[in-house]
Amino acid sequence: MAEETPPPVPPPSDAPAEPAPAAPAAAPAAAPKAAPPKKVEATDASAHPWVESLRSGVAGSVISAKEFARQVTVVVPREQVAAVARHLKDVEDFRYCVDVTAVDWRDREPRFDVVYHFYSFSKNDRIRVKCGVGDGEEVPSIAEVFLAANWPERETWDMFGIPFAGHPDLRRILTWEGFHGYPLRKDFPVEGIDTGAAVYPEEWPEGGGPAPDDPNRKTVS
Amino acid sequence: MSDDRPLSEADKALATQTAEELRAAALAAAESLPVDVHPPTLFDVQEMELNFGPQHPSTHGVLRLVIRVDGERILHTLPDVGYLHRGTEKLFETETYPMGIPHTDRLDYVAAATNNHAYCLTIEKLLAVEIPRRAQLIRVILDELQRLSSHLVWLGTSGIDLGAVTPFWYAFREREQILDFFEEYCGARLTLNCMRIGGLPFDITAGWVERLMEFVDDLPSRIDDYEQLLTDNRIWKKRTVGIGVISGEECIEWGVTGPVLRASGVEWDLRRAQPYECYDELDFAIPTRVNGDTYDRYIVRVQEMRQSVRILRQCLERLPLPPGEFRGKVPRVIKPVAEEVYASIESPKGELGFYCVSNGTNRPYRMHVRPPSFINLQALPRLAKGHLVSDLVALIGTIDIVLGEVDR
Repeated sequence: MAEETPPPVPPPSDAPAEPAPAAPAAAPAAAPKAAPPKKVEATDASAHPWVESLRSGVAGSVISAKEFARQVTVVVPREQVAAVARHLKDVEDFRYCVDVTAVDWRDREPRFDVVYHFYSFSKNDRIRVKCGVGDGEEVPSIAEVFLAANWPERETWDMFGIPFAGHPDLRRILTWEGFHGYPLRKDFPVEGIDTGAAVYPEEWPEGGGPAPDDPNRKTVS
Repeated sequence: MSDDRPLSEADKALATQTAEELRAAALAAAESLPVDVHPPTLFDVQEMELNFGPQHPSTHGVLRLVIRVDGERILHTLPDVGYLHRGTEKLFETETYPMGIPHTDRLDYVAAATNNHAYCLTIEKLLAVEIPRRAQLIRVILDELQRLSSHLVWLGTSGIDLGAVTPFWYAFREREQILDFFEEYCGARLTLNCMRIGGLPFDITAGWVERLMEFVDDLPSRIDDYEQLLTDNRIWKKRTVGIGVISGEECIEWGVTGPVLRASGVEWDLRRAQPYECYDELDFAIPTRVNGDTYDRYIVRVQEMRQSVRILRQCLERLPLPPGEFRGKVPRVIKPVAEEVYASIESPKGELGFYCVSNGTNRPYRMHVRPPSFINLQALPRLAKGHLVSDLVALIGTIDIVLGEVDR
C-alpha cells in the first residue's frame, strides 16, 4: 500500500445534535464522549508492585518496565528468565502461562526479543516479560516451570531459531524435520525458499513460490 | 518337510523369552537358520507404534498422531502438527492492518467471526479507539451466533466420531440456518470477514433482527432435541463418562482454556473475567462441571449454547432499531504508535489472543496468534494416556481442535 499522508483529524463534526435548551451549561462539555487523548504513550512502570516484587525476589532481574494500555511489560536479562518465571508463578501467583513468542528486530543488538505472557487468576491480570536474545544465544526454557510453555517454545525455535536450553523436546513443530531456515525471521523471504521438495520443476520452479517473472510474485523486505 | 526335526536352541528359547528378547532372538534366528523360523510378526511384539492420521476422518483435519500402544491401550501419544501451516503470521507482516482481517478467517475456519473480533480488538486497543454501542451489540450477536455454530459443528462431528450419526443431521440443520444469517449479513458463510477495525463493515437490517429473534426463540427446543439424543443415551455415556479426566489445576498448568477448563470446575471465562464489548452488562451464567471428563465437556458445551441463546436475546432486545453509527472514528490509514499490545477474547475453543507489535508504520511489525486449539492440543498425550485407541477419537473430538488454527 502506498503510504498516504494521514488526513488531518477533522474537528468533531457531530457536536451534540440535539439542542440543549433545557440542559444546563454542563451538558455540552460532557456530551461528546470524553475521548482519551489521541497520542497514547507508554508510561514507566518500575514502581509497579509486581516489578518491585521481581526486583526484590530475583536479584538483578529487572532491566526496565513500562505500562501501555494497562499492560505491564518487564524486560529481564535472558539468563534470569526461568528464575523470573518461577518467581512470578510461586510468589505472584501468575499460574497460567498464556504464550511464548518472539520478535525479530533484525538490525538491533541483541537481535530478538522473546516475549512471555502470564496470567494470574487471583489478580485477573496479565504480565508480559521480555528478554533480549542475540542470534544463536540460548534462552533457559521455562517448560519445566509451566508445562504450557512446551509447544510455544518449540514453535519459537521453529520460527525464529532461538534455542531453549533445557527444553525436554526441542524439535520443529509447524515446519517439517529437515526444513532449513526460520520463517518468521525478517530476512526470510515471503515467497519462500527452495526446500528441495520440487516434484515438477518445470511447473514449480526452484525457490518455491511464484516464478521470477510471475506478476503475482511479491517481495517484501 | 521338517516337521519332526528336533528343536533347535533358538526354537527352545522362543518358548520362554519375553517379547523383547523374543524379537531379538527371532531376528538372530531368522538370519542363522535357513528354514522354518518365521520372521518376527505383529504377534510377537507387545508394544507397537501406530500412525493415526494425518488422513483420518476423526482427526478433524490433518492431525497426525504417533501412538505407542500395548494391545489396545495407549502408552504414549506424540502429536505431529503443521500440515496446514500457511505462514499466516508472516503474511500479517506484509500487509496493512485492515488487510489482515481476511487472513484471520482462515485460522479457526468454523468460527471466523470470533477471529475477526480478536484481531480487530487488538488493533483497537493499540489505537485506543472507542467503538459505537451499536457495533458492540452487533459484534456480540455475531460472536454468539458463531459460538453456536462452532459448538453445533463440534456436536455433530464428535457425535459421528463415536457412532452417533443422528445428532449430526440435527446440528447441521441449525448450523445451516446460522450460516444463512451470516450470509445475509456479510455475504459469506464461512470466511466471514465481518468486522472492521473500529466497528463493522455493514449495519444490520430490521428484517434480519426479526428473523434472528424467531430463530433464537426456537433454538432452546432444538437444543432439547440434541440433548434427548445424547445426554441420557447409554452408549454415549459409556463412550464419554470417565474418559480423559483432567483436573482444573492440571488444565491451568497445561494452559488449557475454554470449555475444557470449565468442565474441570474452573469458572473462568474471558467474557466475564475481562469483559470486552458489552459483555459486562449482559446477564449470563458460566456453565461449569466438576468431573472434567469427556461427558462433562459435552454438557458444558451444550449449556454454553443455551447461554448463548440468552445473550443473543438480550442483545437483540437492546439493539436500538433506528440504524445508527456502526463504525468508530478510525483514521483512513491506520498507523498505530510504536507499541505492543495483547488482547484476547473467549472464542468457542478457549482464549484466542493476538499479540501485536507496531513500529509506527501502516503494517504490523509482528502479529502473533495465541490459538486456543494449539495450546489445548498439547494436553492430548496427557488425556489419552492409558485409554483405548477408540477413546482417542473421543478425546480429539472433545478438545475441539481446528487444524487451521493449530497450524496457522
